[in-house]
Amino acid sequence: MASRNTSGMNITNIPARRSFGRRRKVDPFSGAKAPKIDYKDVKLLQRYISEKGKIVPSRITAVNFKNQRKLAKAIKRARMLALLPFTVK
Amino acid sequence: MALYEHVLIARPDISPAQVEGLMEELSTFLDKQGAKVAKSEYWGLRNLSYPINKQRKGHYSLLNIDGPADAIHELERQHRISDDIMRYMTIKVEEHDENPSPMMSRKNRRDD
Repeated sequence: MASRNTSGMNITNIPARRSFGRRRKVDPFSGAKAPKIDYKDVKLLQRYISEKGKIVPSRITAVNFKNQRKLAKAIKRARMLALLPFTVK
Repeated sequence: MALYEHVLIARPDISPAQVEGLMEELSTFLDKQGAKVAKSEYWGLRNLSYPINKQRKGHYSLLNIDGPADAIHELERQHRISDDIMRYMTIKVEEHDENPSPMMSRKNRRDD
């Protein structure tokens, strides 16, 4: 247990609670050199669809909600153009 | 005037040269309609993810268009009549990307 002192000195100890937990992932589409979400970029979009061709939920990929909406739209556009499959059997 | 990205998929049994010819035709047609073609790309014969009109492949092309909505409507009407075009999609964009699209840079990589 982290010590209960409230002096503020121990602020670095707070994450120690989940010391062996996994580090929280950050959104791959935010940040300075993040890739642009584009329906033409098939290689990029492919990372966000499952083997069955479904869009992977953001709780797994850590994409934030705003970008997940853009991503979903881009994937759906790519599907219309047969760049990505609707389903994989 | 609005900016559009227009992707079309042509039948695989026509030659790449014919696709280029088709693109020329469309460009001059758009000119007449008062629209400008800012960029035109030919992505080549690609495998489709699922069959369209019983075809497994198609010639992909992209046009970046700056023009009135009427021109786009007329263009799409022509596409529906044409036998060579299997599918098309027009989307309105805020700005055109002048650089080659990701599709072009991936040209050398395996396509599927």
